[in-house]
Parts: sequence; C-alpha cells; structure tokens
Amino acid sequence: MFKLLKIVLQRLGLGVLVLFIISVIIAGAVELLPGDLCQELQGQSATKETVAACRKELGLDKPVYHRYFVWLGNMLKGDFGVSLANGRQISELIGDRTANTFFLAIYAAIISVPLAVALGILAALHRNSIYDRVVNIVTLSSISFPEFFVAYILIIFFSVNLGWFPSLSNITPDTPLTEKMYKAFLPALTLTLVVVAHMMRMTRASIINLLASPYIEMANLKGMTRRHIITKHALPNAWAPIVNVIVINLAYLIVGVVVVEVVFVYPGLGQLIVDSVAKRDIPVVQACCVIFAATYIILNLTADILSIITNPRLLHPR
Amino acid sequence: MTSSAENDGGLLLEMRGLRIEGQADEEWQEIVKGVDVVLNRGEVLGLIGESGAGKSTIGLAAMAFARPGCRISGGSIVFDGMDLMAMSERERRKLRGVRISYVAQSAAASFNPAHKLIDQFAEGPVEHGVRNRAEAEADAKDLYKRLLLPDPDNIGYRYPHQVSGGQLQRAMTAMAMACRPDLIIFDEPTTALDVTTQIEVLATIRNIVEQFNTAAIYITHDLAVVAQMADRIMVLRYGELVEENDTANMMSAPQEDYTKTLWAVRTFKKQSEIYDTSTTPLVAVDHVTAAYGPLTVLHDISFDIYEGQTVAVVGESGSGKSTAARVITGLLPPKQGQVLVKGEALPGDYRRRSKEQLRHAQMIYQMADTAINPKQRIREIIGRPLQFYLGLSGRDLEEKIKELLEMIELEPNQFIDRFPGELSGGQKQRICIARAMAAEPEFIICDEVTSALDQIVAEGILRLLDRLQRELGLSYMFITHDLATVRAIADEVIVMLQGKIVEHGPKDEMFTPPHHEYTDLLLSSVPEMDPNWLDELMERRAQEGVMQSTSSS
Repeated sequence: MFKLLKIVLQRLGLGVLVLFIISVIIAGAVELLPGDLCQELQGQSATKETVAACRKELGLDKPVYHRYFVWLGNMLKGDFGVSLANGRQISELIGDRTANTFFLAIYAAIISVPLAVALGILAALHRNSIYDRVVNIVTLSSISFPEFFVAYILIIFFSVNLGWFPSLSNITPDTPLTEKMYKAFLPALTLTLVVVAHMMRMTRASIINLLASPYIEMANLKGMTRRHIITKHALPNAWAPIVNVIVINLAYLIVGVVVVEVVFVYPGLGQLIVDSVAKRDIPVVQACCVIFAATYIILNLTADILSIITNPRLLHPR
Repeated sequence: MTSSAENDGGLLLEMRGLRIEGQADEEWQEIVKGVDVVLNRGEVLGLIGESGAGKSTIGLAAMAFARPGCRISGGSIVFDGMDLMAMSERERRKLRGVRISYVAQSAAASFNPAHKLIDQFAEGPVEHGVRNRAEAEADAKDLYKRLLLPDPDNIGYRYPHQVSGGQLQRAMTAMAMACRPDLIIFDEPTTALDVTTQIEVLATIRNIVEQFNTAAIYITHDLAVVAQMADRIMVLRYGELVEENDTANMMSAPQEDYTKTLWAVRTFKKQSEIYDTSTTPLVAVDHVTAAYGPLTVLHDISFDIYEGQTVAVVGESGSGKSTAARVITGLLPPKQGQVLVKGEALPGDYRRRSKEQLRHAQMIYQMADTAINPKQRIREIIGRPLQFYLGLSGRDLEEKIKELLEMIELEPNQFIDRFPGELSGGQKQRICIARAMAAEPEFIICDEVTSALDQIVAEGILRLLDRLQRELGLSYMFITHDLATVRAIADEVIVMLQGKIVEHGPKDEMFTPPHHEYTDLLLSSVPEMDPNWLDELMERRAQEGVMQSTSSS
C-alpha cells in the first residue's frame, strides 16, 4: 500500500509540473496572437492616448514575465481575473458552462463506455463472425465522419424528419434534469458515435489477446462457463489497456466538444472558448485552456492509478 | 508404484481410432492419425515422443477438448461409459475439472495473475457445486500440506507471482485434485523446472496420485521421467503409435527401431582430456565480482579455459552461470576483477574492446528462434559477421557462406536463400553455430544450446560441436543445467551455486565421489532410466536427510 501511495504522489507531482509547463505555453501562445487587445476593444474610436490608458489599466504595459506571474499567482488563489469583453468575473462566467460541459461529457460517457465495452467483448467472443464485422464497420464509419457531419445527420433524422429531439440544446442552470437529458440527447449521441469505435476496438483486441493465454485455457479445462471466464479471468487482466483508452476518450469528451457544442448551441466551455477567441477575450481563453489541461492531466492520472490497482504484481509485491 | 496387473478397477477411458486435425494455412491437416488409448482406473499411462508427436493433443482429447485451430475429426472417446463425442459442450463442461482435470506445463502462465492461489483452487469445486467455499478452502490447505508446500495454511492466500515455479507446479496439482477427479492429464509438468526442483515435484505428484488412486496420463519427452511415473508407456511419433508396453518391459526391451534410437540418445560421450595447466590459458576469469544494480550475482569467481578445452558450467537458474558469460563477452562490466585473453586483460565494457578482441569470443544461444532475425535470409545471417569481422564481399563472401553451411552439414545451395521460418529447430540452431563460426573465433560460449531441442536433435548438435572442436581447436564454455549434456561433452566442470563456484575439476573427477554436498544433490537428482530409481532415491534421502534444494522449490 505504501508503494502505491508513493507512486500516486509521484504521478501527482508530475501532473502539477506538467500543468505548470502548460500554463507557460498558454501564456506564450496568447502573447503570440496578432493584434492589440485595446485597439480591438475600442474599435473605431481608438486614439493613441485612449489605447495607452487602456493598456495601462489592464497591465499590458508591464513586461511579459511580470504579467505571467501575476496571472499565475491569482489563478493559484482561484482568481481567474475579469473578462475583458464584459467585465464580469471569469470564474462566475465559467462556472455554469463548466458544469454544462461536464454534464454533457458524463452523459455521453454513461452511454458510450458500457456500450463500447459490451460491444467489444461480444465482438471478441464471436470473432470473425458476421456480428463482429458489422460492429467493426459501423463503429469505424461513425468515427471516420467529421463530428459536425454526424451532428447534422442526426439533426436531420431526429429533429427535422422525426421531430423526436430538439436540434437546439439551450439549457440553463434551472432546467430540470430530465429536460436537460432530453435536450442534450443529440449532442451526447453524436459524441458517443465519435468515441465508441476506439474504445470498442481496444476492448476487443485486449480480450482476444487474453483469450489465447494459458490461464484461459486452464479455466476452460476446469469446466468454467464462458461468462465466468470472461468476467473472472479475462476482464480483470484486460482492464489496464481498456481503462487507458476509456480515459483518453473521456478527456476527449470534455476537451473535444467544441464543434459539437457549437452545432447544437450548447452553452458549454467549448462554445465559450470559440466566442472568446473571436472577441479576443484573452483571460477567458487562458482560463478555459487551463481547465482543459487540468482535466486531461487528472484523467490520465486516474488511468495510471487504475491500471496499477488492477495489476497484482504492483499491488502485492513479493 | 503399482503394476498394471493390479489396476483392475475397470475401464475408465477408451479412445478408439482418435483422429485430430490442425489448421495450417487455411488447410486442415491430420496431426493425430488414428490412435487408440485405453486407461484403467488408478492407472498411470505415459505418453512419450518428440515435439510434434501429438502427445498434448491426445491428452487434451481425453477431455474432449481441442485447442483453437484444432478439431477432433474422428474416432470415439468414451469416459466411464459416457460417450464424450456425443455430448453437448455444456455437458462436457460439467466433467472438466470435476472428473477429468489438467495440469499444464507452465504453471506460471496457467495461473491467472489477478487471483490468489486459493481462489483459483476453490473456483472449480464451488462453481461446479461440489463443495462450498469454506470446505474448499479447508481442502486446499489439506492438499497443500500433502504436496509438501511450505506454510500450507497461508500459502494459498498469495498471488501466483509470489511463489516459486516448483511451488506453483504443486499448487496446480492441488488445484487439479480439488474435485477428486478420476483422471488427471499431466502435460510436461516438470519440463520447465530445475533438476533439483523437478525431483521434489515428481515425488509429490506420484505420491498424491497414489493416495487418491487417481488415474493419470503423464505426457513428457523425458524418458527417465516417464519411467518413474508411469505403469504403462505409449511411444508416439508424427501422431501415430509406435509402440506400447508396460514400463518395465518398455525400458528393458524396446521393440521398434525408433524407440531404440530414443533410448540410445544418451550414449554420445566425447573423450575428455586433461590439459596442461602450466601454459597461459586462452580465457581467464580473474576474481570477478558482478552485480545487477545493488544485487550482487557473482562473488569473486575465478576459472581458466585452455585452448581446445570444453568447460561446462552447471547450476540451477539464478546461480550466475549466464551472468558469467555476460561478463566474459563484456555485456556486463564486472565490479571487481578482470577477464584475460591469452594473458592480456580485456576492457570490461564490450564497447571499449577492439574488433579483434570481439571476434575472439562468440555466442550461441538457447532460443535459436529469437536469436536470428526472421526477416533475413540465411545468406545475410551468416554473411553479416563475415563482412563485419573479415571484410569479405562478393564472390569470396558467397564461397565462405557456402563453406560454412557445409561445415554445419546443411546443403549450401538448398539453404542459402531460405528464411529461418522455413527451417526446423535443429537447423536453426545449426545456423546460429555457423554464424558464430563465421567470425573465426577461438572461443565460443554455448548458453543452454540444446535445452530447447528434442533429444535426438540435441545429440546431433552436440556431435557437430564436438567435430568442429576437433577440426578447428576451438574452446567452449558450455552453460547448461542438464547433467546428461555435461557428461557428453565436457572436459572440465564448474558447479555454481548462488553466484559462487562450489566445485571445479575434470569431468571424471566430478562424476566420482566424494562430491561437494550440492554437487551430490545435483547429480543424484538427474532422473535415471531405472523405474525404481525415484523410490530408492527418496528412501535414501529420507534416511540421510539430504540438504533441500537451494531455490526453495
């Protein structure tokens, strides 16, 4: 157990370091963006004096590293700063949207992960059968189309033709859960179609790989049922690779939703980041990027820890 | 051991005209060609033959099980009056693990790494409804005790990677016993074990099979082992029966030519010579201490190898034999001490040795399969050292490759453009020998070069190495755990134990008492053809209280 704790702490430390490096990259990248924020803000009415005053007010006249450390220090205190576009607190601006994005991601994950694992196990059990081929073709096709295309196809079928689900997912914090689920169904389905192939194929490959191992043959020769062999002998050993793929896809569900959110006008972080880039609202973009990076790192850390926990060699040393 | 005449408990298993096909390149080929196997209750049947003889396939067929890519295509399998071929898969499952069980070759791979030993033990009886969990656990502890596992009350709560190979093999035997089956298939259960560990496992397996009067099919390629275990022996070749008889008659009077060649395999013995030790040795290992990180695996080792001499290094796995080879070749620089060639000290790290120094010492490995690049033709495999060390090219290169192929008794024009995948195991090992010879070395390290091969093929390799030594005056360092190989080829023997040399001397001296205590254990553990050998040995050891195997089997 002590060893496990040590590994977890090591990974955590590494995660913090990575996050720090990413914050440097984000600050640097933003610095490289062309155009001047104050010029942009004031538009036609800008004069040399007003722009200078604006720059001074926003601290843009200070050197880069100074601004970086002020930003970093504030962020560590939980203060993301103020939106340049409308002067609201960014934390307040982001709060609801982050919750929305996570809601959508979890919604999609709840559909896609069990679906992918189940499809993968069945495909492995009936390898090279018609079922296996059909599942492979369908999932591969869905992953091969761009997300917006999948999204529009779903809208045509389910909203326009059948009228089952709304094409706009305009939810607010007050929307009741069932209505939220109803409104967010199409974006969640789109995301599911995009991520399921990857997870399903990895599950299938890991299980097939494991089914050839001597201890599976042994379980067969002990007269165990197929179901027992899969759940007790194959899955516990297949978790590590499967979990890694699942986690990468979960991270994608949160980080990669930009296009889907825009298509469905879903009020999440993705839409916010797109709007903010257009408005040159740099502090908001930076804050969103940091949230995305932290999500990625935390999810990968979780994957590492899960694969350690499922490996008895690491958990129970000699 | 009971003779077959006493096993009158009635017929247990009857396989008639058994045919099994295997799939190769989309085509079904027969790998078992109409074999009859009959077994009485409580009887132990030995199946023996070289790899590819169909032993394991026949053993699994007794459970009506065919590996993926195989199918039982004909014949009848009747177990205790039930026709297994006519049964549904569901009904067969109810027999497997309950009335017929299986012990596999590699215990380490056949236990699920994710579960404790006792969970895997209990799985069979609980799932089949033979015992409840508590009864199964109590029974496991009882069986662990009978199989002489250390700390039988607690060992079951460990994971497979936490116990040694010999212990795992016994834990698997206990698992096979869990439902008190009528028949157990043992598929080479001791092949992967050290000789001193093997004997303990053999003795406990035989003991427990006798205690419960369980019938068994014992599959092995080792004659001496089968002689200890079986009441009756079937010799198989290419999926067909060669000969069948009870053990005593089979060992003393084999009828068929093939059986006789199998029996005669251990006859090769080279003339060993005594060397003049006043000259400078070809290779001298001088007070070498070596370690992997903080773990010291060689403690102050010294030995010499003279020109034209074969020095065999024996010991169990983990004794430091291969590490010594790594130090000599420079793959592992020693912590202390040095390696000298003709009196001249070599740099410890191979990267700092000259091409000439590297050329002197070549290696041949255990697994010819993995030691040569499967994507290269024989021409490239043997040609590479010729280009690298001797700078040959064009026609010279071609001629030299052919010369080398002739030297290893493979027809040059037939083999030069083949890939390793098109060769048999013995032929691949010959290619490895040719590749080592291509550098024109004076000294070759042979690391377990025959242990992955069938006995007849192995003998061919030993004869070839001996011939090359006589013709070219080579010196060999022969790393092995097989004392029969030592007997065949060594001039001098070094016995290693836990990174130290415990005995060192000419072969004939080694094989005559008095020995070091450990050498004695090692020598006495080599199975002999005499069917009573194991009984007598265990009796003698019980009286003398011989030291236990060091690997805590």
